[in-house]
Amino acid sequence: MRTGKLLASCLFGASLLFLTLQTRSLAAPASAQSEKQDKNARPQPVRDGDRAFRQNCARCHNAPESFPPQISGTIVRHMRVRASLSREDERAILKFLNP
Amino acid sequence: MSHLSHCPAFYAIRRIPVAVALIVTVALLGQYAGAQDTPLISGGIGFFSNTNGGNTTYLPVLSPVLAAPIGPRLLVESRATILETFFPKGGGQIGYTSAPFLGIDYLQGDFLVSPHLTVVAGEFLTPFGTYNERLTPIWIGNFEDGPLIFGLGTMNTAMGVGGMLRGSAVSTPKYSVDYAAYFSARSTNQQFNSQRSSGGQASIYFPETGLEFGASYGRRLQDTQQSFFGFHVWWEPIDSPFRLRSEYAHGEHSQGYWIETDYRLSHFGGPTSTIGRLEPVFRMQQTFRNSPDSTDGLPSADTQRADFGLDYHFAHEVRIDSSYSRQFSSTGNRNVWETGIVYRFLFPTWKGK
Repeated sequence: MRTGKLLASCLFGASLLFLTLQTRSLAAPASAQSEKQDKNARPQPVRDGDRAFRQNCARCHNAPESFPPQISGTIVRHMRVRASLSREDERAILKFLNP
Repeated sequence: MSHLSHCPAFYAIRRIPVAVALIVTVALLGQYAGAQDTPLISGGIGFFSNTNGGNTTYLPVLSPVLAAPIGPRLLVESRATILETFFPKGGGQIGYTSAPFLGIDYLQGDFLVSPHLTVVAGEFLTPFGTYNERLTPIWIGNFEDGPLIFGLGTMNTAMGVGGMLRGSAVSTPKYSVDYAAYFSARSTNQQFNSQRSSGGQASIYFPETGLEFGASYGRRLQDTQQSFFGFHVWWEPIDSPFRLRSEYAHGEHSQGYWIETDYRLSHFGGPTSTIGRLEPVFRMQQTFRNSPDSTDGLPSADTQRADFGLDYHFAHEVRIDSSYSRQFSSTGNRNVWETGIVYRFLFPTWKGK
């Protein structure tokens, strides 16, 4: 009984936190909106690569801060196996990592 | 040396030169790769502490990853875990003692047959659920401890020695379907320990909503044969740092689930602001024991556990993890406190062309 109450409280708290944060994100400041617009203005391959990266790699881990270009192909090949990348996503991510 | 020679970890340590020689060989083979295909070394190095029921354990860990392409279609990759556990002597004695450990998590060759098929051979992570393949690296997982149901479907060793077929079956802008199917032989080798088993998984992902549904199946084919199945649901909304991950697994003697949510506060001033580097994490777990089984790795009695975590992402790939867990069980309730710091590294094996 006590455990059930604890669980219910935890789930309720987590839901409340999520809703609060989502509401705040909807009311993002103008600077954030303009940042998004700038992002959209980027060339198509980069946008596709960004999307492919977020939908495959970034679902589990953050992007590395930096890395030398000579390992970009190895990273993509590693991710192809780990994340079962399609050929299109593989190409898009390679262009994104090594434009 | 005399008393250490009876310790399994001693044999593991003796294999370090073999592992190093293998890594160097593979890296040298990789020098004939293309301009963007230089072999890489990645991984994480961390220091963790765990206070469970009043006893504190310290764990310095190094987990290197090697990935070396050979030609246009082959990739050799491996991950190892090297750690030293410092724990109280116990038995009324004061002070700490330690035990070393070296384990190869996977060492596999990946042959890229077609855009939809990769053939994997060697020692690989068992594809059951999501935790084993996706969240076990120390620089990825939000919690130091794996979920309580981790043993179900992963055949205890969490690795297989044999072959696997995997890839992207279908990929469209609306959805994508992935699959994996494997067969593992029985191996009692210290570093390549696996059970005779087979299984696989399939999942469908909807990129517009960030939803993923998947199902896994595994069957142990040695000793007392046993089937396992499981389901997973991940929801990671687009343009939101909110993530929800969940898994359910069922064995013949037990079952359970975990649900994990995290939310990096990057909407508060961006991901590099002081607040934006914070990431609250919550995980709920329950296990249910249907009948006694000492081999499935789950608690011997029904257990509930709530994990509350807070991660902080520093610049330069450094992350601090901390968590408090409360576990409820008829065998006794307990608190678990964990803290850790992890640095993730990534660099080429040489300067390249």
